[in-house]
Amino acid sequence: MTQPLATLTAGQTATIRGFSQDNSVTQRLLQLGIIEGERVDVVRRAPAGDPIEIRILGYSLSLRNTEAEIILVTLA
Amino acid sequence: MNSDSHNKLPVVLTLGNPNTGKSTLFNALTGMHQQIANFPGVTVESMQGEANVHDRRMTIVDLPGTYSLAAQSPDEMLTIDALLGRVPQVGNPDVVVIVVDANNLRRNLFLASQILEISQRVVLVLNMMDLITANGISIDIQKLSAALQIPVVPMCAARGEGLEMLKQAIGNVLNQRPPAHRIIDQALRGVAIELAAELSTDMAPLSAVEIERALIDNGGYAEQRLLAQSPKLESRLEALRNKIGGGRNLATLEASRRYGWINEVLDTVEVRKDRQTRPVDLIDKVLNHPLLGSIVFVLTMAVVFQSVFAWAGPLMEMIDGQSALLGELINSKVKSSLLASFLSDGVVAGVGSVLIFLPQIIILFSFIILLEDTGYMARAAFLMDRLMRWCGLSGQSFIPMLSSFACAVPGIMGTRVVPGTRDRIATIVAAPFMTCSARLPVYALLIAAFVPSKTYLGGWVNLHGLVLLAFYLLGMVAGVTTAYLLSLTLLRGPSPTFLLEMPPYRVPNIRSMSIKLYGRAKIFLRRAGTVIFSIAVVIWFLASFPRTTFHELNAPDNAVTAPMALEQSYLGIAGKSVAPLFGPLGWDWKITAAVIASFPAREVVIAVLGTIYAIDANEEGSLIQRMQQARRPDGSPVYTLPMALGLMIFYALCLQCVATIAVMRRETNTWRWPIFAWVYMTTLGYIGALICYQVGTSIGMA
Repeated sequence: MTQPLATLTAGQTATIRGFSQDNSVTQRLLQLGIIEGERVDVVRRAPAGDPIEIRILGYSLSLRNTEAEIILVTLA
Repeated sequence: MNSDSHNKLPVVLTLGNPNTGKSTLFNALTGMHQQIANFPGVTVESMQGEANVHDRRMTIVDLPGTYSLAAQSPDEMLTIDALLGRVPQVGNPDVVVIVVDANNLRRNLFLASQILEISQRVVLVLNMMDLITANGISIDIQKLSAALQIPVVPMCAARGEGLEMLKQAIGNVLNQRPPAHRIIDQALRGVAIELAAELSTDMAPLSAVEIERALIDNGGYAEQRLLAQSPKLESRLEALRNKIGGGRNLATLEASRRYGWINEVLDTVEVRKDRQTRPVDLIDKVLNHPLLGSIVFVLTMAVVFQSVFAWAGPLMEMIDGQSALLGELINSKVKSSLLASFLSDGVVAGVGSVLIFLPQIIILFSFIILLEDTGYMARAAFLMDRLMRWCGLSGQSFIPMLSSFACAVPGIMGTRVVPGTRDRIATIVAAPFMTCSARLPVYALLIAAFVPSKTYLGGWVNLHGLVLLAFYLLGMVAGVTTAYLLSLTLLRGPSPTFLLEMPPYRVPNIRSMSIKLYGRAKIFLRRAGTVIFSIAVVIWFLASFPRTTFHELNAPDNAVTAPMALEQSYLGIAGKSVAPLFGPLGWDWKITAAVIASFPAREVVIAVLGTIYAIDANEEGSLIQRMQQARRPDGSPVYTLPMALGLMIFYALCLQCVATIAVMRRETNTWRWPIFAWVYMTTLGYIGALICYQVGTSIGMA
């Protein structure tokens, strides 16, 4: 079952399934390697739980919950 | 930059993702032979320099770091335009050097795959090779080179390793026949070539690459530019998108095609040990920890400000002593009293009193560059994002804001990394509140002169440093409050995207840091040397003319004649005529005159005060002593603590900087924001100084 990346807690791993929106933000996310089938690890959350740091394609990226909300994943 | 000699040299473009050590590589190639390259219509800063490559002199152009050729703004379009030879200052690039982080090949090759479809003479630099083993990665360089059909140079630019090999490769690529283009999506390219040929006129030839970007980046800048030329194309582009994509989004298709191609290439080239805890992970456990990270952050900032104040002291005293000696020397050697006064009171005193603060600026810039080059800046943005957003800004605003602590001009120019007009404008208006290096001399002077020198915690913390820190905080609070108020009023709207890479921690390269430091110190000195010098001379003139009878009297009692001569000068007249307006702030006409003269550039106030008090022959000693000794007609000191603090508050809040106003105009493309900022900040400065002086005086601070 797909769920938004934003719902994951630090330490969880998931597989990217797609996006719930199609706009310039998704274009950016795609270029950064957030593509279907890739594995994503939620590394940590900043103070106050936002933004979150994820690992994708072997590098670390931080994004806010608002962006993580449109990334759909399934838990590994 | 436009000189013919430059255009004749072969042009090498360096390109790559952010955080790949691209600027370190550029600095290693060009050394001191570099300058900022400004391109019309583009606000991003790129660097241009020269280097001897393979026995030939070449022009090296370092373009801003980018993750993709997809452009959502004119700034991002610069990369494509430069690759296509559309930037007149650069000309047609002869060789393109793509710098990638060897530890992060997959994402880095995304941009490389786009460039390979445009440029044929390409060299790939695998930078930061020294770290791959620790990260559990091994790369077969020969295979990678064979798969991409371009030379691949393993490097560690920070240590200068591989530099000769890179030069060799650039030379070879330049002399050999280039390989054919490698096109990943042939169908898309085919459509783009057809449309480009159809639309191209002799006046404005279109490239298939531009058509591709217009098709893929729906709503992006390439499309906007194309539609501005021929608005009728919109429905045509939409039809083509549907035809090529077959219902699927072209951006998704591009990403999956490119990453598919990258995976294929890397399959035989790269081996990664999975799930290895890298050194960076352990450091991040501390530095990105909600509590520990915040503590480290606050401590780091505290260390920076204490150092700026404490370490610069001895150097400043040295410069002060030297310029005083020089002034005395001139006075004793030069016979003409007018010329001697011009040289010692106008030139030496004016420029000298600004130069003296160079040590502080160098120390502060060293820290900022160090934080950038080690990779800590991104952690700070991560930690600060929630807080910055609460203020109506974003984590990316943090870096321009922190740069504004050095100077608002690069800070405001740096706001291009802030996504979305809302956050960008808020950052631009808030940035000039940050304590810039030009305020630092003003603070340093007034603190040293009027704040008691006390130390705490066994000498580790001094009151001067604490007051300085308080003024840094004042600027931050004022800026942040302004941004917050703007986000509620003039700039209402949703927060834009925040996507920030956490680069690996790196040991910074001293040479590259020095070059950056030199560049920034040069900018400060240039301002000190031109703006401040010319204003110092003008002010000396205003303060020395009209030549009154007091000058000719040449009475033995200079203590009486000099101040009177000054009072009757143009500056004295101007200061006196507006002094009543600033009387409630505790300012006399001299301070008023100095403040007025410093509206073009705030650091000028020191030069002006230096000139004013140096001309006052009855006040001996350094500027600090002269200010401490300044008296009102009734014998009470001119500078009381509330007045000096009020003056500092005025300098903290007021927008006294022509350069900042000009950059604001350029970055926002309207006079609306600079005018708003100037009126708002000047009003705020006046009110702040008024409250401080009136309240401070009434509670008996002295």
